[in-house]
Amino acid sequence: MTPAVTEIWVFVAQFLALALVLVLVQFPLGNWIARVYTDRHHLRAERGFYRLIGVDSGAGQSWRAYLRAILVFSLLGILVVYLLQRVQQVLPYSLGLPPTSEHLAFNTAISFVTNTNWQSYSPEVTLGYTVQLVGLAVQNFVSAAVGMAVAVALVRGIASRNSATIGNFWVDLTRGILRILLPLSVITAIVLLAGGVIQNLSGFQSVSTLTGGTATIPGGPVASQEAIKELGTNGGGFFNANSAHPFEAPSAWVSLFQIFLLLVIPFSLPRAFGVLVGDRRQGWAILATMSVFWVVSNVLLFWAELAGSGKALQLAGGAMEGKEQRFGIALSTIFGSSTTLTSTGAVNSMHDSYTALGGAVTMGDMMLGEVAPGGVGSGLYGMLVLAIIAVFVAGLMVGRTPEYLQKKIGPRQMKLASLYILTTPVIVLLGVAASFAIPGVKDDVAKTSILNPGLHGFSEVLYAFTSAANNNGSAFAGLTAATPWMDSALGVAMLLGRFVPIVFVLALAGSFAEQDRVPVTAGTLPTHRPQFVGLLIGTVLIVTALTYFPVLALGPLAEGLS
Amino acid sequence: MATPSGTARQTWTALRALLVLTVVLGILYPAAIGLVGLAMPAQANGSLLRAPDGTVVGSSLIGQSFTTKKGQALPSWFQSRPSAAGDGYDGGASSGSNLGPNNPDLVTAIRDRRAAIAKLEGVPESQVPADAVTASASGLDPEISAAYALLQVRRVAAARSLDESAVRSLVTERIEGRALGFVGEPTVNVLELNLALSRLGG
Repeated sequence: MTPAVTEIWVFVAQFLALALVLVLVQFPLGNWIARVYTDRHHLRAERGFYRLIGVDSGAGQSWRAYLRAILVFSLLGILVVYLLQRVQQVLPYSLGLPPTSEHLAFNTAISFVTNTNWQSYSPEVTLGYTVQLVGLAVQNFVSAAVGMAVAVALVRGIASRNSATIGNFWVDLTRGILRILLPLSVITAIVLLAGGVIQNLSGFQSVSTLTGGTATIPGGPVASQEAIKELGTNGGGFFNANSAHPFEAPSAWVSLFQIFLLLVIPFSLPRAFGVLVGDRRQGWAILATMSVFWVVSNVLLFWAELAGSGKALQLAGGAMEGKEQRFGIALSTIFGSSTTLTSTGAVNSMHDSYTALGGAVTMGDMMLGEVAPGGVGSGLYGMLVLAIIAVFVAGLMVGRTPEYLQKKIGPRQMKLASLYILTTPVIVLLGVAASFAIPGVKDDVAKTSILNPGLHGFSEVLYAFTSAANNNGSAFAGLTAATPWMDSALGVAMLLGRFVPIVFVLALAGSFAEQDRVPVTAGTLPTHRPQFVGLLIGTVLIVTALTYFPVLALGPLAEGLS
Repeated sequence: MATPSGTARQTWTALRALLVLTVVLGILYPAAIGLVGLAMPAQANGSLLRAPDGTVVGSSLIGQSFTTKKGQALPSWFQSRPSAAGDGYDGGASSGSNLGPNNPDLVTAIRDRRAAIAKLEGVPESQVPADAVTASASGLDPEISAAYALLQVRRVAAARSLDESAVRSLVTERIEGRALGFVGEPTVNVLELNLALSRLGG
């Protein structure tokens, strides 16, 4: 077999193994998630926690109260992470590092609270262990739990009738952490540790090498951080090189395991959704839609990188710039596709050095709106909003009042769904436009931030705003983002990109909850059949392509075709 | 008890919740994993490698450069991949080059590396594998391809006045295949190879 043919088989084998395990695991995990959020009993630890924080666990919240709890909790999280960074020099285990700048602390605090984990900084030279653990790791857990809570609240709204409440945020938050994320993280961290991921507090060790020089070996509590980083679709690396760093992913099987981790909850949530609405076929339809995009993206990215177009890559004889030898092209691209489709943003290879079309695939993945399968929770609620749009479009075609899961899609629901799908593109496009239109900013962006010349430099900025507004967090990392403009603009993009859509989703949840169910008739559009999956895929594609095609043509497509 | 609905009460609740969660998730959870790490000290502490005299010479996971201070390859050692971490293999500054596929600087760098390696190993440029001329994602890649390791055998053996077949078998013994036959790529760990080489003498 020629090397290229071997590589294709290796890709197919790894991808199929991953897909098979995911399909098998989503049954029990999806069922478990559905049970966690409907269980009438509270664990003793949970009851203690509710007493401690003064919450009546039996009281439901209106969508407004639910939203207010999320906003207050998240704002407080931002403040705490900001302050921890600003007083870093007095915290223990800070490795002698100074406090971060105001704009970097602002950006990083928002980044971790919004489940984005964009990193304008290089962790090993910026943040000590205390900020990483007490600030960032905590947000890795709670931001993921917030995402799941919002998704469950929406599903609850759809499943209930004539109800003024959509659940209790504090209960959903607690259960998401205590019964799902924490136990899975403990198991995962132990597996990672066994695989060679470090867990210590030794700082940087200096050793004498065989050649008489010195080498630096970093330390850190990495395994505990790495587990929730993938499981919570967070993606913020303990080290600058993220999941490419040999202490974060020592071997190929660990990297493949990490891809599984970042996909497993998003791919299990459709099952939980099906169980919660009492019709598992509805969950299958959502899962099928998500899977189609995931398969196509994986194939496209692998093909682009295997072809390895680009002057430098052709000269090297393969697209290995920014890729680790133990992963090779196949495992790097499976990670690349999965991380950009899940809002994780961890990387095991450097996307900035991908081929132009490969880079376009990763950007396109994020531009889908992080719904295939998307982030923990955010993927499901994003896809359900698109399902509402799809049902509406179908309703227009046959001239019937649209319904989804026995809920009427009226003007209020359509307004909320439309606002949802408009929010992220507006942030992305305005952010990119402002970066190149404001005179002072433009010079700063061109001279300080952009690394690569020409069209690729434009792609770096486009990637940054796409990643921030969609709460992904990966980067064309050549971009120097720790500047006042980039830190501030991307910080605002992440904040709006996370919480404005959540407002619309919870408003939708409330509007569905208070409706009664409408009976299923012969004229009701079935939303569990392949026909609807096709319609939903079309809706996702049309919304994305119409919005982003022009701007993609300016950057990666132009570079790839020139 | 009434539902905490007012913003002030929600804030007080949020503050207490965040405090408790910080203790559990930010301190107790990593500490528990740290305790588990005590049972797996080799992994937890970074898979350190020692010379025969017991001194730590590096980690099997963190790549090193085997060059002069100016970056010239030392002919008696197997060479690692190019690195963009600091000045090269700086364990305190992991990084890829992040240079784009058409970046002229990258084109020049790859052209120079190819020529230099072909000259060093005494082979035509077409025989230089891709991993030998490209910087890894982490800048700390501890491994190279089997092709690049085998390419270096003749030069290393000559520099150490060793039998070429002895050095070659040192390499072939250390070619790590794909896990389960299909996960990842075959590799050779450079530091482990060089450590074995130093035991061989020459």
